[in-house]
Amino acid sequence: MLRLDPFKVERPTTVDEAVALLAAHGAKARVLAGGTDLLPNLKHGLHQPELVVSIGGVAGLRGVKDAGEVLEIGALTTLAELERHPLLAQFAPGLARAAAQVAGPQLRRMGTIGGNLCLDTRCLYYNQSAFWREALGYCLKKDGSVCHVVADGKKCVAAASNDTATMLMALGAEVELRARDGTRRVPLDAFYLPDGAKNTVVDEGELLVCVRVPKGSPARREGYAKLRHRNSIDFPLLSVAVALDVEGVAPGTVTGGLLVVSALQARPLRVSLDAVRGRALDDGAIEELGRLAHGRCHPMTNIADDPAWRRDMVPVLVRRAVADALHA
Amino acid sequence: MRSTMRAELRFTLNGAAVETMVRPQARLLDVLRDTLGATGTKEGCGEGECGACTVLVDGRAVASCLFPALEAEGKTVLTVEGLRNASGELSVVQRAFVDKGGTQCGFCTPGMVMATTALLQENPSPSDDEIRAGLVGNLCRCTGYVQIVDAVKQAAELAAKERP
Repeated sequence: MLRLDPFKVERPTTVDEAVALLAAHGAKARVLAGGTDLLPNLKHGLHQPELVVSIGGVAGLRGVKDAGEVLEIGALTTLAELERHPLLAQFAPGLARAAAQVAGPQLRRMGTIGGNLCLDTRCLYYNQSAFWREALGYCLKKDGSVCHVVADGKKCVAAASNDTATMLMALGAEVELRARDGTRRVPLDAFYLPDGAKNTVVDEGELLVCVRVPKGSPARREGYAKLRHRNSIDFPLLSVAVALDVEGVAPGTVTGGLLVVSALQARPLRVSLDAVRGRALDDGAIEELGRLAHGRCHPMTNIADDPAWRRDMVPVLVRRAVADALHA
Repeated sequence: MRSTMRAELRFTLNGAAVETMVRPQARLLDVLRDTLGATGTKEGCGEGECGACTVLVDGRAVASCLFPALEAEGKTVLTVEGLRNASGELSVVQRAFVDKGGTQCGFCTPGMVMATTALLQENPSPSDDEIRAGLVGNLCRCTGYVQIVDAVKQAAELAAKERP
Protein backbone atom coordinates (compact mmCIF):
# COMPACT_ATOMS: atom_id res chain seq x y z
CA MET A 1 0.00 0.00 0.00
CA LEU A 2 1.40 3.37 -1.01
CA ARG A 3 1.50 5.98 1.72
CA LEU A 4 1.67 9.76 1.71
CA ASP A 5 4.84 11.45 2.90
CA PRO A 6 4.33 14.13 5.54
CA PHE A 7 3.49 17.68 4.53
CA LYS A 8 2.03 20.73 6.23
CA VAL A 9 -1.42 21.99 5.30
CA GLU A 10 -2.69 25.56 5.21
CA ARG A 11 -6.36 26.29 4.59
CA PRO A 12 -6.73 29.91 3.47
CA THR A 13 -10.21 31.40 3.22
CA THR A 14 -9.53 34.15 0.67
CA VAL A 15 -7.77 34.26 -2.70
CA ASP A 16 -5.37 36.89 -1.33
CA GLU A 17 -4.32 34.58 1.52
CA ALA A 18 -3.96 31.67 -0.90
CA VAL A 19 -1.70 33.50 -3.36
CA ALA A 20 0.34 34.98 -0.49
CA LEU A 21 1.03 31.43 0.75
CA LEU A 22 1.89 30.27 -2.78
CA ALA A 23 4.22 33.24 -3.27
CA ALA A 24 5.95 32.65 0.06
CA HIS A 25 6.57 28.94 -0.53
CA GLY A 26 7.18 28.85 -4.29
CA ALA A 27 8.11 25.44 -5.63
CA LYS A 28 7.74 23.90 -2.16
CA ALA A 29 3.97 24.40 -2.23
CA ARG A 30 1.22 22.57 -4.14
CA VAL A 31 -2.39 23.59 -4.51
CA LEU A 32 -5.07 21.17 -3.30
CA ALA A 33 -8.61 21.54 -4.63
CA GLY A 34 -10.51 18.26 -5.09
CA GLY A 35 -7.35 16.21 -4.54
CA THR A 36 -8.21 13.59 -7.13
CA ASP A 37 -5.08 14.26 -9.19
CA LEU A 38 -2.77 15.51 -6.45
CA LEU A 39 -3.18 12.66 -3.96
CA PRO A 40 -2.38 9.74 -6.30
CA ASN A 41 0.57 11.74 -7.61
CA LEU A 42 1.82 12.41 -4.10
CA LYS A 43 1.55 8.70 -3.30
CA HIS A 44 3.70 7.97 -6.33
CA GLY A 45 6.29 10.45 -5.11
CA LEU A 46 5.80 12.63 -8.18
CA HIS A 47 5.77 15.78 -6.06
CA GLN A 48 7.30 16.33 -2.63
CA PRO A 49 5.65 19.49 -1.29
CA GLU A 50 6.50 20.83 2.14
CA LEU A 51 3.24 22.71 2.13
CA VAL A 52 -0.14 21.84 0.65
CA VAL A 53 -2.35 24.90 0.19
CA SER A 54 -5.91 23.65 0.43
CA ILE A 55 -8.17 26.10 -1.37
CA GLY A 56 -11.46 24.25 -0.76
CA GLY A 57 -12.51 26.84 1.81
CA VAL A 58 -11.68 29.89 -0.30
CA ALA A 59 -14.78 31.99 -0.77
CA GLY A 60 -15.98 33.11 -4.17
CA LEU A 61 -14.36 30.41 -6.32
CA ARG A 62 -17.42 28.20 -6.70
CA GLY A 63 -20.29 28.43 -9.14
CA VAL A 64 -21.22 29.47 -12.67
CA LYS A 65 -22.17 33.05 -13.44
CA ASP A 66 -23.73 34.60 -16.52
CA ALA A 67 -21.45 37.55 -17.27
CA GLY A 68 -22.98 38.77 -20.51
CA GLU A 69 -20.85 37.56 -23.41
CA VAL A 70 -19.25 34.80 -21.36
CA LEU A 71 -19.97 32.29 -18.63
CA GLU A 72 -17.64 32.70 -15.67
CA ILE A 73 -16.93 29.39 -14.00
CA GLY A 74 -15.24 29.51 -10.61
CA ALA A 75 -12.20 27.25 -10.37
CA LEU A 76 -13.67 25.24 -7.48
CA THR A 77 -16.87 24.37 -9.32
CA THR A 78 -16.99 20.58 -9.35
CA LEU A 79 -17.24 18.55 -12.52
CA ALA A 80 -20.48 17.05 -11.17
CA GLU A 81 -21.94 20.56 -10.84
CA LEU A 82 -20.96 21.37 -14.44
CA GLU A 83 -22.56 18.17 -15.72
CA ARG A 84 -26.00 19.39 -14.68
CA HIS A 85 -25.71 23.15 -14.62
CA PRO A 86 -28.61 24.89 -16.39
CA LEU A 87 -26.35 27.70 -17.68
CA LEU A 88 -24.07 25.13 -19.31
CA ALA A 89 -27.02 23.25 -20.76
CA GLN A 90 -28.04 26.51 -22.41
CA PHE A 91 -24.74 28.12 -23.38
CA ALA A 92 -21.99 25.46 -23.34
CA PRO A 93 -23.59 22.00 -23.53
CA GLY A 94 -20.40 20.43 -24.91
CA LEU A 95 -18.56 21.34 -21.73
CA ALA A 96 -21.26 19.68 -19.62
CA ARG A 97 -20.91 16.50 -21.67
CA ALA A 98 -17.09 16.55 -21.52
CA ALA A 99 -17.21 17.08 -17.74
CA ALA A 100 -19.61 14.13 -17.46
CA GLN A 101 -16.97 11.86 -19.02
CA VAL A 102 -14.22 12.57 -16.51
CA ALA A 103 -13.44 9.62 -14.19
CA GLY A 104 -16.43 8.27 -12.22
CA PRO A 105 -19.21 9.90 -10.18
CA GLN A 106 -17.32 9.95 -6.86
CA LEU A 107 -14.34 11.72 -8.39
CA ARG A 108 -16.51 14.17 -10.34
CA ARG A 109 -18.11 15.23 -7.06
CA MET A 110 -14.62 15.95 -5.68
CA GLY A 111 -12.73 17.09 -8.79
CA THR A 112 -12.95 20.70 -9.91
CA ILE A 113 -12.79 22.47 -13.25
CA GLY A 114 -9.64 24.32 -12.16
CA GLY A 115 -8.08 21.03 -11.16
CA ASN A 116 -9.00 19.35 -14.41
CA LEU A 117 -7.46 22.20 -16.44
CA CYS A 118 -4.29 21.98 -14.33
CA LEU A 119 -4.23 18.14 -14.41
CA ASP A 120 -0.66 16.89 -14.50
CA THR A 121 0.31 15.33 -17.83
CA ARG A 122 0.31 11.55 -17.85
CA CYS A 123 2.69 8.89 -19.16
CA LEU A 124 3.17 5.14 -18.73
CA TYR A 125 6.65 5.86 -17.40
CA TYR A 126 5.57 8.63 -15.02
CA ASN A 127 2.32 7.57 -13.32
CA GLN A 128 4.00 4.74 -11.45
CA SER A 129 5.27 4.21 -7.94
CA ALA A 130 8.69 5.56 -6.98
CA PHE A 131 9.91 1.93 -6.76
CA TRP A 132 8.75 1.18 -10.32
CA ARG A 133 10.27 4.37 -11.72
CA GLU A 134 13.55 3.83 -9.94
CA ALA A 135 13.89 0.39 -11.54
CA LEU A 136 13.95 2.09 -14.97
CA GLY A 137 16.31 4.85 -13.88
CA TYR A 138 13.43 7.35 -13.71
CA CYS A 139 12.48 9.51 -16.72
CA LEU A 140 12.78 12.92 -18.31
CA LYS A 141 9.70 14.29 -16.56
CA LYS A 142 10.77 13.34 -13.07
CA ASP A 143 14.14 12.60 -11.46
CA GLY A 144 15.81 11.21 -14.61
CA SER A 145 17.42 12.25 -17.88
CA VAL A 146 16.11 9.62 -20.30
CA CYS A 147 12.79 9.52 -22.14
CA HIS A 148 11.46 5.96 -22.43
CA VAL A 149 8.92 6.97 -25.08
CA VAL A 150 11.11 8.75 -27.62
CA ALA A 151 14.66 7.44 -28.12
CA ASP A 152 17.08 10.31 -27.39
CA GLY A 153 14.07 12.52 -26.66
CA LYS A 154 15.01 15.82 -25.09
CA LYS A 155 11.51 17.07 -24.38
CA CYS A 156 8.92 15.31 -22.26
CA VAL A 157 5.96 14.00 -24.29
CA ALA A 158 3.64 13.09 -21.39
CA ALA A 159 0.06 13.52 -22.53
CA ALA A 160 -2.54 16.14 -21.67
CA SER A 161 -5.35 13.91 -20.37
CA ASN A 162 -7.98 16.42 -19.27
CA ASP A 163 -11.36 16.07 -20.98
CA THR A 164 -12.53 19.61 -20.24
CA ALA A 165 -9.38 21.22 -21.66
CA THR A 166 -10.04 19.76 -25.12
CA MET A 167 -13.59 21.08 -25.13
CA LEU A 168 -12.75 24.46 -23.61
CA MET A 169 -10.00 25.03 -26.15
CA ALA A 170 -12.46 24.31 -28.97
CA LEU A 171 -14.85 26.81 -27.38
CA GLY A 172 -12.18 29.54 -27.26
CA ALA A 173 -12.24 29.82 -23.46
CA GLU A 174 -9.72 31.71 -21.37
CA VAL A 175 -8.58 31.32 -17.78
CA GLU A 176 -7.92 33.93 -15.13
CA LEU A 177 -4.72 33.56 -13.13
CA ARG A 178 -4.27 35.45 -9.89
CA ALA A 179 -0.95 36.27 -8.26
CA ARG A 180 0.00 38.57 -5.39
CA ASP A 181 0.84 41.37 -7.81
CA GLY A 182 -2.13 41.10 -10.15
CA THR A 183 -4.41 39.14 -12.41
CA ARG A 184 -3.91 37.99 -15.98
CA ARG A 185 -6.21 36.38 -18.49
CA VAL A 186 -4.79 33.73 -20.78
CA PRO A 187 -6.61 32.06 -23.70
CA LEU A 188 -6.41 28.27 -23.30
CA ASP A 189 -4.55 28.12 -26.57
CA ALA A 190 -1.71 30.08 -24.93
CA PHE A 191 -2.20 28.38 -21.55
CA TYR A 192 -0.83 24.98 -22.62
CA LEU A 193 2.84 24.51 -23.51
CA PRO A 194 4.34 21.73 -25.64
CA ASP A 195 6.42 20.40 -22.73
CA GLY A 196 5.10 17.46 -20.74
CA ALA A 197 7.31 18.32 -17.77
CA LYS A 198 5.38 21.57 -17.31
CA ASN A 199 2.55 21.99 -19.77
CA THR A 200 0.90 25.17 -18.50
CA VAL A 201 2.03 28.79 -18.15
CA VAL A 202 0.98 28.88 -14.48
CA ASP A 203 3.92 30.40 -12.60
CA GLU A 204 4.92 29.74 -9.03
CA GLY A 205 2.70 31.89 -6.85
CA GLU A 206 -0.15 31.90 -9.35
CA LEU A 207 -3.60 30.42 -8.84
CA LEU A 208 -6.18 29.64 -11.52
CA VAL A 209 -9.34 31.28 -10.18
CA CYS A 210 -11.82 31.29 -13.03
CA VAL A 211 -12.60 30.03 -16.54
CA ARG A 212 -14.37 32.31 -19.01
CA VAL A 213 -16.32 30.52 -21.73
CA PRO A 214 -17.77 32.50 -24.65
CA LYS A 215 -21.48 31.77 -24.84
CA GLY A 216 -22.49 29.85 -27.91
CA SER A 217 -24.43 31.52 -30.69
CA PRO A 218 -27.55 29.74 -31.90
CA ALA A 219 -25.38 28.50 -34.78
CA ARG A 220 -22.78 26.84 -32.54
CA ARG A 221 -22.90 23.08 -32.13
CA GLU A 222 -20.62 21.43 -29.58
CA GLY A 223 -19.50 17.85 -29.53
CA TYR A 224 -17.13 15.68 -27.54
CA ALA A 225 -15.86 12.14 -28.06
CA LYS A 226 -13.53 10.16 -25.83
CA LEU A 227 -11.74 6.90 -26.53
CA ARG A 228 -11.26 4.59 -23.55
CA HIS A 229 -11.61 0.94 -22.60
CA ARG A 230 -14.32 1.31 -19.99
CA ASN A 231 -17.21 3.74 -20.18
CA SER A 232 -16.12 5.34 -16.94
CA ILE A 233 -13.08 5.99 -14.76
CA ASP A 234 -10.45 5.81 -17.51
CA PHE A 235 -8.41 8.73 -18.73
CA PRO A 236 -8.77 9.34 -22.49
CA LEU A 237 -6.74 7.32 -24.97
CA LEU A 238 -7.86 9.98 -27.42
CA SER A 239 -9.99 13.05 -26.86
CA VAL A 240 -11.76 15.00 -29.60
CA ALA A 241 -13.80 18.17 -29.17
CA VAL A 242 -15.49 20.18 -31.86
CA ALA A 243 -17.20 23.55 -31.89
CA LEU A 244 -19.02 23.95 -35.19
CA ASP A 245 -20.85 27.00 -36.42
CA VAL A 246 -23.47 25.61 -38.76
CA GLU A 247 -26.04 27.76 -40.51
CA GLY A 248 -28.98 27.04 -42.77
CA VAL A 249 -31.13 24.00 -43.35
CA ALA A 250 -29.67 20.56 -42.44
CA PRO A 251 -27.01 19.45 -43.08
CA GLY A 252 -26.21 23.19 -42.96
CA THR A 253 -23.19 25.21 -44.01
CA VAL A 254 -20.05 25.41 -41.88
CA THR A 255 -19.27 29.06 -41.12
CA GLY A 256 -16.65 28.65 -38.42
CA GLY A 257 -15.44 26.67 -35.46
CA LEU A 258 -12.52 24.60 -34.33
CA LEU A 259 -11.57 20.96 -33.85
CA VAL A 260 -9.23 20.00 -31.00
CA VAL A 261 -7.59 16.61 -30.43
CA SER A 262 -5.87 15.67 -27.18
CA ALA A 263 -4.32 12.78 -25.22
CA LEU A 264 -1.50 12.87 -27.78
CA GLN A 265 1.30 14.91 -26.24
CA ALA A 266 1.61 17.73 -23.73
CA ARG A 267 -0.58 20.20 -25.59
CA PRO A 268 -4.02 19.70 -27.10
CA LEU A 269 -3.77 19.97 -30.89
CA ARG A 270 -5.87 22.45 -32.86
CA VAL A 271 -7.15 21.42 -36.28
CA SER A 272 -8.53 24.28 -38.34
CA LEU A 273 -11.92 23.93 -39.99
CA ASP A 274 -10.85 26.14 -42.92
CA ALA A 275 -10.97 23.19 -45.33
CA VAL A 276 -14.71 22.82 -44.82
CA ARG A 277 -15.64 26.45 -44.23
CA GLY A 278 -18.45 27.52 -46.56
CA ARG A 279 -19.23 23.91 -47.40
CA ALA A 280 -22.22 21.81 -46.53
CA LEU A 281 -21.59 19.67 -43.44
CA ASP A 282 -22.34 16.42 -45.24
CA ASP A 283 -20.66 13.01 -44.94
CA GLY A 284 -17.94 14.10 -47.38
CA ALA A 285 -17.04 17.15 -45.28
CA ILE A 286 -16.99 15.11 -42.07
CA GLU A 287 -14.75 12.51 -43.71
CA GLU A 288 -12.41 15.23 -44.87
CA LEU A 289 -12.18 16.60 -41.34
CA GLY A 290 -11.33 13.10 -40.14
CA ARG A 291 -8.59 12.78 -42.78
CA LEU A 292 -7.14 16.18 -41.88
CA ALA A 293 -7.04 15.32 -38.19
CA HIS A 294 -5.56 11.88 -38.92
CA GLY A 295 -2.76 13.55 -40.87
CA ARG A 296 -1.92 15.83 -37.96
CA CYS A 297 -2.18 13.33 -35.08
CA HIS A 298 0.70 11.08 -34.09
CA PRO A 299 -0.17 9.08 -30.96
CA MET A 300 2.87 7.74 -29.08
CA THR A 301 3.62 4.99 -26.60
CA ASN A 302 3.32 7.54 -23.78
CA ILE A 303 -0.10 6.22 -22.77
CA ALA A 304 -1.71 2.81 -22.88
CA ASP A 305 -2.53 0.96 -26.06
CA ASP A 306 -1.21 0.59 -29.54
CA PRO A 307 -0.44 4.03 -31.05
CA ALA A 308 -1.29 2.78 -34.55
CA TRP A 309 -4.76 1.79 -33.38
CA ARG A 310 -5.20 5.10 -31.57
CA ARG A 311 -4.22 6.91 -34.77
CA ASP A 312 -6.67 4.84 -36.81
CA MET A 313 -9.33 5.85 -34.32
CA VAL A 314 -8.78 9.60 -34.91
CA PRO A 315 -11.21 9.83 -37.87
CA VAL A 316 -13.70 7.63 -36.00
CA LEU A 317 -13.61 9.93 -33.00
CA VAL A 318 -13.92 13.00 -35.23
CA ARG A 319 -17.06 11.46 -36.70
CA ARG A 320 -18.40 10.69 -33.22
CA ALA A 321 -17.66 14.21 -31.98
CA VAL A 322 -19.43 15.78 -34.97
CA ALA A 323 -22.38 13.42 -34.48
CA ASP A 324 -22.47 14.38 -30.81
CA ALA A 325 -22.50 18.04 -31.85
CA LEU A 326 -25.29 17.62 -34.38
CA HIS A 327 -27.56 15.17 -32.59
CA ALA A 328 -27.12 15.79 -28.88
CA MET B 1 9.65 16.43 13.78
CA ARG B 2 7.36 16.72 10.81
CA SER B 3 6.01 13.22 11.08
CA THR B 4 4.83 13.87 14.63
CA MET B 5 2.93 16.99 13.57
CA ARG B 6 -0.77 16.77 14.39
CA ALA B 7 -3.74 18.94 13.50
CA GLU B 8 -7.11 19.11 15.15
CA LEU B 9 -10.13 17.73 13.28
CA ARG B 10 -13.79 17.97 14.26
CA PHE B 11 -16.61 16.46 12.26
CA THR B 12 -19.81 14.48 12.65
CA LEU B 13 -19.49 10.76 12.02
CA ASN B 14 -22.68 8.74 11.74
CA GLY B 15 -24.54 11.25 13.85
CA ALA B 16 -21.95 11.59 16.61
CA ALA B 17 -19.54 14.47 17.12
CA VAL B 18 -15.91 13.42 16.67
CA GLU B 19 -12.89 15.37 17.84
CA THR B 20 -9.47 13.98 17.13
CA MET B 21 -5.89 14.83 16.23
CA VAL B 22 -4.68 13.77 12.78
CA ARG B 23 -1.52 13.92 10.73
CA PRO B 24 -1.95 16.73 8.16
CA GLN B 25 -1.44 14.29 5.29
CA ALA B 26 -3.97 11.77 6.62
CA ARG B 27 -6.86 10.87 4.38
CA LEU B 28 -10.42 10.58 5.62
CA LEU B 29 -10.12 6.81 5.06
CA ASP B 30 -7.07 6.62 7.36
CA VAL B 31 -8.87 8.51 10.12
CA LEU B 32 -11.99 6.36 9.81
CA ARG B 33 -10.16 3.05 9.84
CA ASP B 34 -6.99 3.62 11.85
CA THR B 35 -7.91 6.38 14.28
CA LEU B 36 -11.61 5.77 14.84
CA GLY B 37 -11.72 2.01 14.22
CA ALA B 38 -14.55 2.29 11.70
CA THR B 39 -13.20 -0.45 9.46
CA GLY B 40 -16.39 -1.02 7.47
CA THR B 41 -15.02 1.33 4.83
CA LYS B 42 -12.42 -0.50 2.72
CA GLU B 43 -9.34 0.59 0.86
CA GLY B 44 -9.21 -1.04 -2.57
CA CYS B 45 -7.08 0.66 -5.17
CA GLY B 46 -6.22 3.74 -3.10
CA GLU B 47 -6.37 5.82 -6.29
CA GLY B 48 -10.05 6.69 -6.52
CA GLU B 49 -10.82 4.15 -9.22
CA CYS B 50 -12.60 1.30 -7.46
CA GLY B 51 -15.11 2.92 -5.11
CA ALA B 52 -14.57 0.47 -2.22
CA CYS B 53 -13.84 3.44 0.06
CA THR B 54 -17.02 5.38 -0.85
CA VAL B 55 -18.51 7.36 2.04
CA LEU B 56 -21.02 10.21 2.11
CA VAL B 57 -19.67 13.65 3.01
CA ASP B 58 -22.51 16.13 3.49
CA GLY B 59 -24.68 13.66 1.56
CA ARG B 60 -22.40 13.34 -1.47
CA ALA B 61 -20.72 10.01 -2.25
CA VAL B 62 -16.96 10.57 -2.46
CA ALA B 63 -13.80 8.45 -2.49
CA SER B 64 -12.44 8.64 1.05
CA CYS B 65 -9.05 7.32 -0.14
CA LEU B 66 -8.42 10.63 -1.93
CA PHE B 67 -10.30 12.85 0.52
CA PRO B 68 -7.85 14.71 2.77
CA ALA B 69 -9.06 14.25 6.36
CA LEU B 70 -8.69 17.94 7.19
CA GLU B 71 -11.18 18.72 4.42
CA ALA B 72 -13.84 16.96 6.53
CA GLU B 73 -13.59 19.72 9.17
CA GLY B 74 -17.10 20.71 10.22
CA LYS B 75 -18.72 18.30 7.77
CA THR B 76 -21.07 15.37 8.23
CA VAL B 77 -19.73 11.95 7.28
CA LEU B 78 -21.83 8.82 6.86
CA THR B 79 -20.20 5.39 6.58
CA VAL B 80 -21.66 1.90 6.31
CA GLU B 81 -21.61 1.67 10.13
CA GLY B 82 -24.12 4.52 10.26
CA LEU B 83 -26.79 2.98 8.06
CA ARG B 84 -28.66 0.95 10.70
CA ASN B 85 -31.56 2.77 12.24
CA ALA B 86 -31.92 3.54 15.97
CA SER B 87 -33.34 0.09 16.71
CA GLY B 88 -30.44 -1.59 14.99
CA GLU B 89 -32.22 -2.67 11.82
CA LEU B 90 -30.34 -2.71 8.53
CA SER B 91 -31.24 0.01 6.03
CA VAL B 92 -33.38 -0.89 3.02
CA VAL B 93 -30.26 -0.81 0.83
CA GLN B 94 -28.41 -3.21 3.13
CA ARG B 95 -31.44 -5.55 3.32
CA ALA B 96 -31.81 -5.55 -0.47
CA PHE B 97 -28.13 -6.42 -0.97
CA VAL B 98 -28.57 -9.34 1.45
CA ASP B 99 -31.85 -10.51 -0.12
CA LYS B 100 -30.61 -10.35 -3.69
CA GLY B 101 -27.15 -11.71 -2.94
CA GLY B 102 -25.64 -8.54 -4.36
CA THR B 103 -22.36 -9.52 -2.79
CA GLN B 104 -19.79 -12.27 -3.11
CA CYS B 105 -16.48 -11.71 -1.36
CA GLY B 106 -17.96 -8.57 0.16
CA PHE B 107 -14.98 -6.26 -0.18
CA CYS B 108 -16.68 -3.84 -2.57
CA THR B 109 -20.02 -4.08 -0.74
CA PRO B 110 -19.68 -1.18 1.74
CA GLY B 111 -18.79 1.11 -1.17
CA MET B 112 -21.63 -0.26 -3.32
CA VAL B 113 -24.08 0.19 -0.46
CA MET B 114 -22.96 3.78 0.20
CA ALA B 115 -23.02 4.71 -3.49
CA THR B 116 -26.50 3.17 -3.75
CA THR B 117 -27.67 5.06 -0.66
CA ALA B 118 -26.55 8.33 -2.27
CA LEU B 119 -28.02 7.37 -5.64
CA LEU B 120 -31.46 6.64 -4.17
CA GLN B 121 -31.42 9.91 -2.25
CA GLU B 122 -30.89 11.78 -5.53
CA ASN B 123 -33.13 9.57 -7.62
CA PRO B 124 -35.61 7.40 -5.64
CA SER B 125 -36.70 5.30 -8.63
CA PRO B 126 -33.79 4.93 -11.04
CA SER B 127 -34.02 2.99 -14.32
CA ASP B 128 -31.55 0.16 -15.01
CA ASP B 129 -29.40 2.58 -17.02
CA GLU B 130 -29.50 5.15 -14.25
CA ILE B 131 -28.50 2.50 -11.71
CA ARG B 132 -25.54 1.45 -13.83
CA ALA B 133 -24.55 5.09 -14.44
CA GLY B 134 -24.83 5.78 -10.72
CA LEU B 135 -22.55 2.86 -9.84
CA VAL B 136 -19.92 3.15 -12.58
CA GLY B 137 -17.45 4.39 -9.99
CA ASN B 138 -17.72 1.13 -8.02
CA LEU B 139 -15.93 -1.96 -9.24
CA CYS B 140 -16.76 -5.52 -8.19
CA ARG B 141 -14.18 -8.11 -9.23
CA CYS B 142 -16.34 -11.12 -8.34
CA THR B 143 -19.62 -10.77 -10.21
CA GLY B 144 -21.24 -9.54 -13.36
CA TYR B 145 -23.11 -6.82 -11.44
CA VAL B 146 -26.51 -8.36 -12.26
CA GLN B 147 -27.43 -9.09 -8.65
CA ILE B 148 -26.06 -5.74 -7.57
CA VAL B 149 -28.39 -3.95 -10.00
CA ASP B 150 -31.24 -6.23 -8.81
CA ALA B 151 -30.46 -5.24 -5.23
CA VAL B 152 -30.60 -1.53 -6.07
CA LYS B 153 -33.97 -2.03 -7.78
CA GLN B 154 -35.30 -3.91 -4.78
CA ALA B 155 -33.98 -1.24 -2.43
CA ALA B 156 -35.82 1.43 -4.44
CA GLU B 157 -39.05 -0.61 -4.24
CA LEU B 158 -38.65 -1.28 -0.51
CA ALA B 159 -37.95 2.38 0.17
CA ALA B 160 -41.04 3.42 -1.80
CA LYS B 161 -43.19 1.02 0.27
CA GLU B 162 -41.75 2.12 3.59
CA ARG B 163 -41.97 5.82 2.81
CA PRO B 164 -44.62 7.41 5.05
